[in-house]
Amino acid sequence: MKFRKSEILFFALRNTKLRIGVFIVALFAFLAIFGPYFAKYEPQDFAGPGYNPPSGEYWLGTTTFGRDVFSQFVYGLRSTFLVGFVGGSIATFIGLFVGFLSGYKGGLADELLMMFTNIVLVIPTMALLIILAAYLKYRGVFLESVFIGFTAWPWTARAVRSQTLSLKTREFVNLARITGMKPLKIIVVEILPNMLSYVFMVFILQFGGAILTAATLDFIGLGPTQGISLGLMMQQAVLWNAIQLGMWWWAVPPGIAITAIVGAMYFMNTGLDEVFNPKLREM
Amino acid sequence: MIELKDITKVYSLGAFGKRKLTAVDNVSFSIGEGKIISLIGESGSGKTTIGKMMLKLIPITKGQILFQGKDLSLFKGEKLKEYYRYVQGVFQDPFSSFNPIFKADRIFELVKSEFFPELTGREWQIHVLDALESVGLNPKTVLNKFPHQLSGGQLQRMLIARALLLDTKFLVADEIISMLDASTRIDVLNILAELKKGGLSILFITHDLSLGYYISDESIILYRGSVMEAGKTEKVFSTPLHPYTRMLLDAVPRIDRKWTTFETPERKAVRSDTIGMCKYYDRCPLATKECEAQGLIKVEEDHHVACWRWNDV
Amino acid sequence: MALKIKDLRIYYQTLRGDVKAVDGISFQVKDGEIMGLAGESGCGKSTLSNALILLKPPMKYISGEVFLNDKKLPIDNYEAMRANRFRGVSIIPQYAMNALNPIRKLKQIISDLLEHHGESFVKMRDMIEERLKLVELDEKVLDLYPIELSGGMNQRMVMVISTLLNPSLLLADEITSALDVSSQKAVSKMIVEFRDRKIVRSVIFVTHDISILYQVADSIMIMYAGKQVERAPTETIVKNPLHPYTKLLISSLPEVGIKYSQAPLKGIPGRPPELLNPPEGCRFKDRCPVASEKCDEEPPLVEIEPGHQVACWKVGAIDD
Repeated sequence: MKFRKSEILFFALRNTKLRIGVFIVALFAFLAIFGPYFAKYEPQDFAGPGYNPPSGEYWLGTTTFGRDVFSQFVYGLRSTFLVGFVGGSIATFIGLFVGFLSGYKGGLADELLMMFTNIVLVIPTMALLIILAAYLKYRGVFLESVFIGFTAWPWTARAVRSQTLSLKTREFVNLARITGMKPLKIIVVEILPNMLSYVFMVFILQFGGAILTAATLDFIGLGPTQGISLGLMMQQAVLWNAIQLGMWWWAVPPGIAITAIVGAMYFMNTGLDEVFNPKLREM
Repeated sequence: MIELKDITKVYSLGAFGKRKLTAVDNVSFSIGEGKIISLIGESGSGKTTIGKMMLKLIPITKGQILFQGKDLSLFKGEKLKEYYRYVQGVFQDPFSSFNPIFKADRIFELVKSEFFPELTGREWQIHVLDALESVGLNPKTVLNKFPHQLSGGQLQRMLIARALLLDTKFLVADEIISMLDASTRIDVLNILAELKKGGLSILFITHDLSLGYYISDESIILYRGSVMEAGKTEKVFSTPLHPYTRMLLDAVPRIDRKWTTFETPERKAVRSDTIGMCKYYDRCPLATKECEAQGLIKVEEDHHVACWRWNDV
Repeated sequence: MALKIKDLRIYYQTLRGDVKAVDGISFQVKDGEIMGLAGESGCGKSTLSNALILLKPPMKYISGEVFLNDKKLPIDNYEAMRANRFRGVSIIPQYAMNALNPIRKLKQIISDLLEHHGESFVKMRDMIEERLKLVELDEKVLDLYPIELSGGMNQRMVMVISTLLNPSLLLADEITSALDVSSQKAVSKMIVEFRDRKIVRSVIFVTHDISILYQVADSIMIMYAGKQVERAPTETIVKNPLHPYTKLLISSLPEVGIKYSQAPLKGIPGRPPELLNPPEGCRFKDRCPVASEKCDEEPPLVEIEPGHQVACWKVGAIDD
């Protein structure tokens, strides 16, 4: 087992796609973690004159109201990562749990779980989020992430279920059963490893989905009552006609960041597929 | 050693399980120590279903399986695990039997962690090498390799070796050589025959009559879930009494005899007037109105047939 | 001569290099002949038959010529082959039961195909029904969808469709492998009947199962690791094979009447070489019981007697 792990690491380190993907995500993560320490202003401070293009003083310029875009950007990046990570993790975890259980167990458990999944699936997520957001006076980024996570899992559950169903019919699952392994162990040591790259893709999609849902919520004014996010930045930029006014430094960076982060994770996914699948590896 | 009593398996199909499909219909037989029994049948005969029920991979609808006198339905949890210490299986598709993302020898590791956690790595290694030797594999060529780097024959032999690591007394071998190449399949068969000498009992499931003849002591001919003929292999093959067995034997391609006729009555469609009749009724050249479903008739010692007109065959 | 192949080489392109799946094959098939093509998986038999009708990447044409009825067959030109497919060369693919669009009526499938080749379904209807009878299918199936037929029925439907324009050469690729013994026999019978009725002029019957070939083929060619090792009339291959590989292969076949307890059979130790970098000389030498230094040189295909060719330096040197 030890040898196997180090071997996967070996191939992972050698994979260009994976390296590029990790590099980009790490870059933004670094910026999200350490950027705020370099920011000279708080994101909502009125730092100086408005309409300023990037300069030595204001690295990414200022907004219409003279807020420092760089400060907003790095703090926003932080909350975007938080939303993506927390929301994506919750959705992925629930989706995997329900999907595996339903697919592997089958029978009545499957029918009940899928009924529940379908119910959650048809509830209009956005409406639910709007209602919840409207009822809560104080809303932080973390709470927003949890909401998103708890509503975004159903399609993951369905996809994982169908994958599990197909893997379950493979003989190695039968072999594990006649080795006396318990169902949960079979799921964890036989089925899950076959889906690792798939699980990762699910996580990426949920990560990106959570970021986008958060941005949408922010956009319609139901975002965090305090703090800043990339979505909020874009909303304000659009709201104050930043593009039309030629203030590219305000509107473009948050868009690029979101695209780059999600894109890089897709890249990582393809790379990981090659790492986990020994057949692809040899080519 | 292991005994099936009136085993029936009904699958529910369609919405709300309304359509019923009887895959195995009242099958009984037993396997003694150190015996190889061939379960011979075409696709849809229920042979794989029987193997899976004996491995407790699918539930039985009706009937009983007794292992050393104990009812299999009572084996649960730890007891079931103990059952698998003695009863093992090898399946048809060697490539699907291995988890493609792990090294092939992981199947041995899993046996160790489930059944022999107390052994040290070195002690276990000795067992593995022993088992590999008894299936004629060179450890150097098969250990530390991924499944796709090995041939089907090597993989099947590893799976047999895996069964040998346990105290396997009874092995279900389900079409284990049908996906192998001609030049290697006979070696796998010979391994089974050798293991039998050491006291292993084997249920050899196959659609290939010549393989059944080559290796087994007794043969059971299965058609659409029912036993058509059963008995000592030599008797069944030299004096086939059921029209179905005869048809099968005539259809087997051989290299010492050409097909004399090309006639093979094939099953067309399910007819409603065949309910309650012999399962082979609509294909049988001898069928008459009296051919109702028929239990096994003892014709001579170790030879049973499910056809009341066996004398006319 | 219905089919004549000269020094054909078809490789598979992979990122690691060329896999030499068919490496210098020459043979002929006579009018009215059913030639069996046998060998283990990966020996190149399916590649060879597929290359004769649909050569597409990752398959790569390297060299060689193919003549059908004395006319050169442009197998390396995908477009030019179009006119020859179906009419000159036709194939019953390995997974024939899944070859038809399941949700299109068989009548429509056939009529589309005929139109594509400039024929009319209405004019050919009588003939189609006659052919259906030949494979024991009712003419009513024309109004059904493939999804409504069983696997065996679909396969027979494909047999009818692929021979509608009376192709000179029919390729049957492992068509019996997935079938039960009784269906195997029925399908084999139909192939013979198609030939007897001159619906097809000649057949290449690809299979790993020599005992089926013994029932239907006039001659058998044995391939090993991309090379032909022996070709002879069926009776000769089975009763008097000369190449060590053929001998071992035939002697390892279990048959009703042979029991382990009385006469245990032996397999062939080892496995075929990698075709990415096949060894120099005879490709069977590593598994061959009579190999010697001479075998490091490639043995030529030699005609021992009329119609019997063997590629082995030691022909006649081993006795049973």
